Amino acid sequence: MATETRTTQGAPAPGGVSFSLSDPTVRAVVYQILVVGAVVLVGWFLISNTLDNLARRSIATGYHFLEREASFGIGESMIDYSPKDSYGRAFLVGVLNTLKVSIIGIILATILGTLVGVARLSSNWLIAKLASTFVEIVRNVPPLLQLFFWYALVSDSLPPVRNALNPLPGVFLSQRGLWVPSLSASPVWATMGIAFAVAVILTIFLNRWAKDRQARTGQIFPTARAALGLLIGLPLIAYVAGGAPTALDMPRLAGFNFVGGMALSPEFFAILTGLTVYTSAFIAEVVRSGIVAVNWGQTEAARALGLPSGPTLRLVILPQALRVIVPPLTSQYLNLTKNSSLALAIGYPDLVSIANTTLNQTGQAIEGVTMIMGTYLTISLSISIFMNWYNKRIALVER
Amino acid sequence: MKSGILAAAAAAVVVTATAGAGAATLDTVKQRGFVQCGVNAGLPGFGNPDSAGNWTGLDVDYCRAVAVAIFNDPNKVKFTPLSAQQRFPAIQSGEVDLLSRNTTVTLTRDTSVGLNFAPVTYYDGQGFMVNKKLGVKSAKELNGATVCVQSGTTTELNLADYFRANNMSYNPVVIESNDEVNAAYFAGRCDVLTTDVSGLAGTRAGVAPVPDDHVILPEVISKEPLAPAVRHGDDQWFDIVKWTVNATIQAEEFGITSKNADEFVNSKNPDIQRFLGTSPGLGKALGLDEKYALNVIKKVGNYGEIFDRNVGPGTPLKLERGLNALWTKGGLQYSAPFR
Repeated sequence: MATETRTTQGAPAPGGVSFSLSDPTVRAVVYQILVVGAVVLVGWFLISNTLDNLARRSIATGYHFLEREASFGIGESMIDYSPKDSYGRAFLVGVLNTLKVSIIGIILATILGTLVGVARLSSNWLIAKLASTFVEIVRNVPPLLQLFFWYALVSDSLPPVRNALNPLPGVFLSQRGLWVPSLSASPVWATMGIAFAVAVILTIFLNRWAKDRQARTGQIFPTARAALGLLIGLPLIAYVAGGAPTALDMPRLAGFNFVGGMALSPEFFAILTGLTVYTSAFIAEVVRSGIVAVNWGQTEAARALGLPSGPTLRLVILPQALRVIVPPLTSQYLNLTKNSSLALAIGYPDLVSIANTTLNQTGQAIEGVTMIMGTYLTISLSISIFMNWYNKRIALVER
Repeated sequence: MKSGILAAAAAAVVVTATAGAGAATLDTVKQRGFVQCGVNAGLPGFGNPDSAGNWTGLDVDYCRAVAVAIFNDPNKVKFTPLSAQQRFPAIQSGEVDLLSRNTTVTLTRDTSVGLNFAPVTYYDGQGFMVNKKLGVKSAKELNGATVCVQSGTTTELNLADYFRANNMSYNPVVIESNDEVNAAYFAGRCDVLTTDVSGLAGTRAGVAPVPDDHVILPEVISKEPLAPAVRHGDDQWFDIVKWTVNATIQAEEFGITSKNADEFVNSKNPDIQRFLGTSPGLGKALGLDEKYALNVIKKVGNYGEIFDRNVGPGTPLKLERGLNALWTKGGLQYSAPFR
């Protein structure tokens, strides 16, 4: 456009090609080349300088250390790990632990945050005030302090392991965490898993069929109740058909600690509770603002059309509220994931904790830090991509 | 905490920022007017601020000794308290001139971490502390125990090796800050606290609510020679630190103390004359004052004095000389000759 205007104004360059800096198009290209050049130059300077300095001080570089034996222990792991395994596998253990606490934390924080957010809008004075007190206290105390609080709560207020509380048979609660019975291995569990998967697939088809039928005939099918029946019923049938095994692996005190059963460590409890509670306060505000953002007239209009309150919320209010809720919710999910690196302070073996040990044993700080940054970047971008996809899906289709 | 990461990131930046800064450390230090020394943030007997806020400890005294060797003033030193994780980035990047923070000499640290270690100032070994109530008499009985350990130390590796070698299992609770590790142990989160025996003694004396409730098990599972370290690439600076440490040991071998040092200045013994700078040459070779060794002994003391003042039987740590006695008395402390 600009060049065209310029040519019509006269003084066109002979042959149509001009390198004059007064030409905005040329200027734009030149500036961009300059900026990119400067960035590349600075990057090259930093990297070559670092490598040069590292070489001069004969500090090892490269990622070969990942294949070497780690020879340190890790407190909790979702995959088999022993000190004989490599640094690479130790790092994987850390990544999985971070993912575990992040995913469970995101789910719980969303549930708790939604409840509190709705409670703040309650017409009940007590509930509304309690919810706003919770939000104001929790979001104004630094997360690290909250982690120390939850961790101290377990280690200082619960009895030592030998005097563990035993509220139910096989359930033990002590400073060392919570032990509950786990189910002994049996082929029935696999069958039940398959039955559940079948139920999920059936539910999807049922849902499609019901929508289709409603569109054709206007009759509403109770999809939710039928789906619930399928999801619980099918695995239950598989369980009974498999002989209904009841053998439990009971935790028992042997030597220093309980063995057997399933354990919830104080570190995992503290980091999960701390992150969930902290983030839920922010999510509560996000949810509240989302609901408030929907004009009251929408509710009135829905009622005037004769919609019951359930479908009003589900079909009218939520789709509009979610438009406001989802983008800030995404950043809260990202915050929760990144805050999980505070686990180091209370001894939960997340990826930062393990990478820290690794970079200390190997002395390769720069490699360790790039691995931590790369992993967080990958996790954060994945969450962003998923939430953006979800945001697009629920966005109002304007006609 | 993220401080370890921050330190590492800062190191990355500083490593890049000090491009071409090949200037001799001695000149930098002289120009600046003080030695920047990395020490432990809170390990009684080794690096710990006292109730008046003055840094004390065996490692701290070696920082002061280097300051005396250069400036003839034990106060021309500033201390940077470092966590186990911050220490290597701090010395690599030049944030500190000298790392005197109960650091074990290992091959990896000497090579790929890029450090040069001065002579050993404390021969230590890793041990275990348990509550007396458990009735444990030996580390071999610790199968299945929960063990509190600080992250980023050789301790973590020795622990894993020891339990592996003895076919035992354990459950580690790994925490970054030393204070939090101790708190977790004394709260009862762990059955066992493990670190160097000297550190266990310091913790028991300084942190335990009731010191007598805790017992250090007899097994010492590792060799932990603790030594000051400097970074690669400045041999003169390395020599200064090395021969400052040697001077304290040599002085004890000669029987020279901070009290009687002046009496030795006119000694007829040519070895002592060279050592104290009465007959010149050695100080100049290091780029220091000829009387640097005399100054160090007068202002900081010989090895035995430093040991007794900080960790010896008269202190809360109540540690015996053991391996740290002079070689002439059945220990390992030995100075290369001053000539």
